[in-house]
Amino acid sequence: MSWKDSRWTGVAVIVLLGLLWEVAGRAGWVHKLLFPPLSVILAKLFEIVASGEILQHLGVSLWRATLGYTLAATFAIALGIVMGYWRRAYDACEITIELLRAVPPPAVIPLAMVFLGIGDALKVFMIFFACSFPILVNTIDGVRSVEPVLIRTARTFGLSRLRIVWKVILPVAAPTIMTGLRIATAIALILTVISEMVGATSGIGYFILGSQRTLHIANMYAGMLVLALTGYAINRAFLYVDGYLMAWHKGLTRREQ
Amino acid sequence: MRRIPWSGLAVLAACLLAWEAWAYWRRDLAAYFPPASEVLVTLGQMLGSGELTGHVAATMKRFAEGYFLAAVLAVGAGLCLGLWRWLYNAFEPLIELLRPMPSPATIPIAILFLGIGDEMKVAVTIYACSWPILLNTLDGVRSVDRVLFATAATFRLSPWARFWKVVLPAASPQIVTGLRVSLAIALILVTTSEMVVSNDGLGYYVLESQRTFQMPQMYAAVVALGVIGYALNRLFLMIDGWVMAWHKGATRREN
Amino acid sequence: MLEVSGLKKEFQPLSGPPVTAIGDVSFRVEARQFVSIVGPSGCGKSTLLQCVAGLMRPTAGTVVLDGREVTGPPEGLILLFQEYNKSLMAWRTVLGNVCFGLENKAGLARADREAEARHYIGLVGLGGFEHQYPWELSGGMQQRVAIARALACKPQVLLMDEPFGALDALTRIELEDTLLRLWESLRSTILFVTHDIEEAVYLSDRVYVLSRRPSRMIEDTAVDLPRPRNQLASREDTRFIKLRRHTFELISKEMAQI
Repeated sequence: MSWKDSRWTGVAVIVLLGLLWEVAGRAGWVHKLLFPPLSVILAKLFEIVASGEILQHLGVSLWRATLGYTLAATFAIALGIVMGYWRRAYDACEITIELLRAVPPPAVIPLAMVFLGIGDALKVFMIFFACSFPILVNTIDGVRSVEPVLIRTARTFGLSRLRIVWKVILPVAAPTIMTGLRIATAIALILTVISEMVGATSGIGYFILGSQRTLHIANMYAGMLVLALTGYAINRAFLYVDGYLMAWHKGLTRREQ
Repeated sequence: MRRIPWSGLAVLAACLLAWEAWAYWRRDLAAYFPPASEVLVTLGQMLGSGELTGHVAATMKRFAEGYFLAAVLAVGAGLCLGLWRWLYNAFEPLIELLRPMPSPATIPIAILFLGIGDEMKVAVTIYACSWPILLNTLDGVRSVDRVLFATAATFRLSPWARFWKVVLPAASPQIVTGLRVSLAIALILVTTSEMVVSNDGLGYYVLESQRTFQMPQMYAAVVALGVIGYALNRLFLMIDGWVMAWHKGATRREN
Repeated sequence: MLEVSGLKKEFQPLSGPPVTAIGDVSFRVEARQFVSIVGPSGCGKSTLLQCVAGLMRPTAGTVVLDGREVTGPPEGLILLFQEYNKSLMAWRTVLGNVCFGLENKAGLARADREAEARHYIGLVGLGGFEHQYPWELSGGMQQRVAIARALACKPQVLLMDEPFGALDALTRIELEDTLLRLWESLRSTILFVTHDIEEAVYLSDRVYVLSRRPSRMIEDTAVDLPRPRNQLASREDTRFIKLRRHTFELISKEMAQI
């Protein structure tokens, strides 16, 4: 297998870039302040992890994110089922939702600050607000994509409306809903960082921005690294859960291809 | 022609009326919660006096630069990565590494390197927008059906002809999806960077009004941003519907 | 004219030993003949066509077209795919799709190309549908667009991979006759792969039967039914029935061994 086909080429690229960073920092090719050598950053990373400093910030951020996300998921899936299943509900709510969705979430932060202050409630609300939309949209799509034949079959078997939702609509819509949930995990992290940069005294977003402002550059890079790893871990965890819950769907789509 | 959702408009009107009513009922909160009518009047005033114009222009300029540069760069990169396997293999782990990091986290590093001016905001926007466009373009190219490639082969198309006449059109729906998603992202990043450090732009204005307790102005600016976001989206959908008419029909058939 | 010698094709699956799809296939097709290939499911008929079309490299053996070995898609030969809906370009109209092959040929002005395309669109019976998109057409009509697209390039050899397999019976009958009509007026050579024995016998001058995997050619029969063929008369002819039975028995035996 030539180097063109190998997966290790990519890994080699990363290793090369890492080495370049290290050398550039040490040899003084770049400003030491802006670009501390990679080893310094990694040492700093180890330091802030060991001292628990970064983990504290990260913990706060994750707590806010999880709360906001869970609230969004509960609310948006419920509303999505209603709007997806009943055309009337969709027509009634759609315009208002579209208008709300058009406002960039950061612009809502000062507004929310007026009512919620700058504490955790603000961040949780912002995450809830931003995450609701992709989950809602995907839930509606998923519910709408349920074959009418399936619903009719269920009704022929005498299932009540509620049971139809539980036993037919949710399973069929589940893959699409999962897509919305996956997108929302990324959005949750983004909004966490944004809300912590605009107004906060804790959290990883605050840590990164604060480090930059106080010129603790290595801390800043280390914080970004922690954030990237967290994002990666969350994504992988999600894919794992998704693969487990949606195993039937994976098989089905693989067959179709 | 889409049917007009009267119930939707009614609900919207009801919400606005409820806002109005509640604000009048709780006059004591007037400092925090001006009635909708006051907000709209203020908005009109600000537009008329040109107070907002400068900020709108600043925000839109950053948005346009960030978005369009990202589009060009990311579509190009996505095409290259999609077409050449070895390039994809070389960069895929790097992409997987960088991708999970939320884009606003690049604001501090951008400030470090580029200062607090427009370059920083545009750079951050370009970075953030590039991701959905790149990933969607990449996906679009890679999911061009094998049969289409085989068709191009049996008709003995040159590599360029195959790219231009088969790959690009086939990938275009996905590319357009990426462009649409990053429309919202651009606005988000511009607004955020304006809030973190700036002295003009709508994002700055919203935060500043809030700090100086000019509530109607703050609400007005938020509404302005919402309107801009909505208008951009509708504009995009309009162009999309026109250029990609063939795709709309094809997917409608499948559903 | 078209000569296949000792063709062999192996595939390497993700795990395990290589799978031999085509074992050892040799045959000849004379110019302007209509030849069908039938065989049990999974015997590698599509793979065979892909190799003959130069889209796949055989593991062993050669394909020679007019004295020149086929190493890539050769000039004058076009393959029509089974999944015609995926092969047509969704972003082009019928006219655009049929013009597609012509655009590759130098020296044709746009107006001439379109005129040629319209001619062939008319030949396949889709006159009036030039400005429709593929998704607006039925399966049978889409297949006709694909045929028109191929024929517009006036190929000497046309390879067809189970083109009518996904269509309902009536559409299939209609297209069979359309194809015969086109073939008789255009005088290309056609190599036609199908799982439908009756279709093979009805359409062809010769029928080749492939064994199951790893496939070999186990029979090469001439079809001595008179032309032009007729859906009712030809199919009631004793020679048709005899050949059909014989081929059916051959293939059944192969399939029983799977």
